[in-house]
Amino acid sequence: MSVTVTINGQSVSVPDGATLLDACRSEEIDTPTLCYLENLTPVNACRVCVVEVEGSRTLVPACSRPAEDGMVVQTETDRVKHSRKMVLEFLASSVDLSTADSALSGWMETYGADPSRYGTPAPPTEDRDHRHAGHHAAASGEVTETVAQPPKIDNGLYMRDYSKCILCYKCVEACGEDAQNTFAIAVAGRGFDARISTEFDVGLTESACVFCGNCIAVCPTGALMFRSEYELRQADVWNEDEQNVTRTICSYCGVGCNLELHTQDNRIVKVTSPMDHSVTDGHLCIKGRFGYEYVQNLEDDLATTPVDVVLRSVRGR
Amino acid sequence: MNKPATDAERAAVDGLLDSLPAGWDGNPLEGRLAFSGLHRSQQLRHLLLPALDAVQSEIGWVSPGALDYICATLIVPPAEAYGVATFYALISTTPLAPIVVHVCDDICCRERGAVEIVAALRAVFGEARSADGPATWMTSPCLGQCDRAPAVYIQRAGQDDLVIAPANPASVLAAVDGQIEPMKVATASTTLLGRPGGKSLEAYQQGGGYVALAIAASQGADRTIAEIKASNLRGRGGAAFPAGIKWEAVAGIASDYKYVICNADESEPGTFKDRDLMESNPYALVEAMTIAGFATGATRGYIYIRGEYPLATTRLKAAIREAYAAGLLGSDVGGHGFAFDLELRRGQGAYICGEETALMNSIEGKRGEPRNKPPFPTVSGLFDKPTVINNVETLVNVIDIIEHGGETWAQTGTADSTGPKLFCLSGAVAKPGVYEVAFGATLGDLLDLAGGATGDIQAILLGGAAGSFITGDQLDIPLTFEGSRAAGVSLGSGVIMVFDTTTDMTDVARRLAQFFRDESCGQCVPCRVGTARIEENLARKLNGHGELDLQLIDDIDVAMKDASICGLGHTAATAIRSLIDLGLI
Repeated sequence: MSVTVTINGQSVSVPDGATLLDACRSEEIDTPTLCYLENLTPVNACRVCVVEVEGSRTLVPACSRPAEDGMVVQTETDRVKHSRKMVLEFLASSVDLSTADSALSGWMETYGADPSRYGTPAPPTEDRDHRHAGHHAAASGEVTETVAQPPKIDNGLYMRDYSKCILCYKCVEACGEDAQNTFAIAVAGRGFDARISTEFDVGLTESACVFCGNCIAVCPTGALMFRSEYELRQADVWNEDEQNVTRTICSYCGVGCNLELHTQDNRIVKVTSPMDHSVTDGHLCIKGRFGYEYVQNLEDDLATTPVDVVLRSVRGR
Repeated sequence: MNKPATDAERAAVDGLLDSLPAGWDGNPLEGRLAFSGLHRSQQLRHLLLPALDAVQSEIGWVSPGALDYICATLIVPPAEAYGVATFYALISTTPLAPIVVHVCDDICCRERGAVEIVAALRAVFGEARSADGPATWMTSPCLGQCDRAPAVYIQRAGQDDLVIAPANPASVLAAVDGQIEPMKVATASTTLLGRPGGKSLEAYQQGGGYVALAIAASQGADRTIAEIKASNLRGRGGAAFPAGIKWEAVAGIASDYKYVICNADESEPGTFKDRDLMESNPYALVEAMTIAGFATGATRGYIYIRGEYPLATTRLKAAIREAYAAGLLGSDVGGHGFAFDLELRRGQGAYICGEETALMNSIEGKRGEPRNKPPFPTVSGLFDKPTVINNVETLVNVIDIIEHGGETWAQTGTADSTGPKLFCLSGAVAKPGVYEVAFGATLGDLLDLAGGATGDIQAILLGGAAGSFITGDQLDIPLTFEGSRAAGVSLGSGVIMVFDTTTDMTDVARRLAQFFRDESCGQCVPCRVGTARIEENLARKLNGHGELDLQLIDDIDVAMKDASICGLGHTAATAIRSLIDLGLI
């Protein structure tokens, strides 16, 4: 069974159950997405993928709206471009996007997003985890509010910098029903003060976290990061251009998860799994994600490169 | 490790579970308690908000130990429960003094003494949200008492909550000390508000109550829905959707479970009609819900009432209890051969939960975040089952429609706006209150009913914070759905709030922006950030840091209208835009 929709005047047939995003992508229409990921349930929260559907009063999120026979869709209208631009401006004016997926800066340019017009960003605050719903501190009008805050570093495997969080819900979904079923994190608070949190903001080691790292894998902005990557970036040693990605199979158990070992200076600095891999859908467990220490002996006298020095400093912390 | 829950905290949670009636089911997984794990957790998750409420009400805040105990009892992951607890303004996850005074400083109360009350409380109890001392205070969005502004709502650990309106510094401080004067409840002699027998079920029945249910039961579900459709009754909550269409849609779907919900989460600033209806005659709402259940085939109903309405809550609880005792709820309603159970759920301080799908998520024990539509509730609503959701006023009209017949009832009002309508008059009028008129009355007629403006009219807010302002030279607008649409305004929930020339409308606009910044659920980017940016823009002007950036406000408004998930974002800048367009800010 297939359904036929019209996109920008072109007739497009997609399988029954496909979304408008699927239809757009089948036509190679560039459609920005931030909270959407192939291996997660769409939450349609970021609204950057909105399109115009004839007969709909408001714009429609392409990522979650099923294509229906006869739908007439526009993706290039001024309304669509305006909302996409505003979403990008809203995020860029309130969130640190410096380590976000490179596609994002391309969309900022495409849609002419200018976050500077919102005024001077407010400095980091330390109270974001303790704000009460319905009781924000009144805006002064001097600066524009941001989510800037100190990073959370409470274990040796990964860190969280919610200054970079666009609240796409992906990490919550990956930790919950879409992958890990651990439910260590959830969205807490409300409105601009909404944030990803463990219960009572306890550290990860006190939470239900099992350190599978699936939240890191789905994070689009680098808010969640391997500790190794974070420290290498802090030391200004991280260099993706010099990294190799080697695909292999996890050696721990018999499931056969594919791993992508990201190496720099012959050291593993990060591990991912391909999203299109039928066994993992991109998800791993703690052993596949972080259990690679045995292949690289950082105690060796020969482990002296700048990468080695940084990685050694992270170990056991 | 957290400090374990205290005996008192455990007792609060256990008391909730013990209070559930024998054979209670309350969700689609009835009878599967023998299953363990996931099934049981799905069974109990929807009790999360009542459990948080129980601890908050008894102890005064939800400690880590108490949350742990709730999570262990209901089988909910602690992070998710924390996410839910921190979503609601009336639940505190940090220690608070045992008495918390919520002082309404919204657009009506702020000019009518709220500032003085805050000053008095600050002088006695220090800064807001204190954990020390016998009491503390915080400001609040509209408490739905605008006809007797200023209002305070007081949470008291271990005792009943209460509302004082009109309040003054002395009466609030006395109430904190336990000296409480009973509130006067409005009495009216109109069709809806004046329905006889509001004091007891017996009196209600003697006054003609439950005749409508008998008529409905004898004429059958199809005919009942046909009468509602013939009446052209349109929703009184703000969206004006025809109620009969919703009923018919749900009745026509075969499903193992269906639900009817009464949206009594009346939180639109300036709105207090539903509170008056529920306080003056809770039995009528219970009967109307029962009729809705019968007509649609739903066997369970929920009334979701805002937490800041303690009097209406108490009266509705009593009305439901009496109806069960009289056999007018339960397995065989009134001997008519159908089953209907009705449960009251309290909101916990979240305007967004008045949005129908957010309300459903809230009942399910989730964060009150609106769902993307479609699917619509009539297809997939509460617990993903077909659901009718109607406003209080909408439902109460059902009784007259059934008693008199849809076509007869529709002769009141205009062709497109049938029946009587309640309006909430507040602000600078001589006699603020709820007024009932037949649809067709003009704005001027309503103002006359309320004794006219008390000063020179600067602006009138129609429809609430999500509505828009007009000026005093537009009093001939007919307050009908079609008339307001033609005038480019919205009736919304029936708010008519008058501002005289002494009011600083920039301050009003900033407070409205603060309201939406506070009440946005935060789920979608346009509303989460857009509401903050609008408030900043107004604060810039109000605090002398610059002028309004009209282009930016316009850009934000358009994006929020086009790309937000729900009506909160769609309308968050509408009233402010109207003030700009009128040249009032």
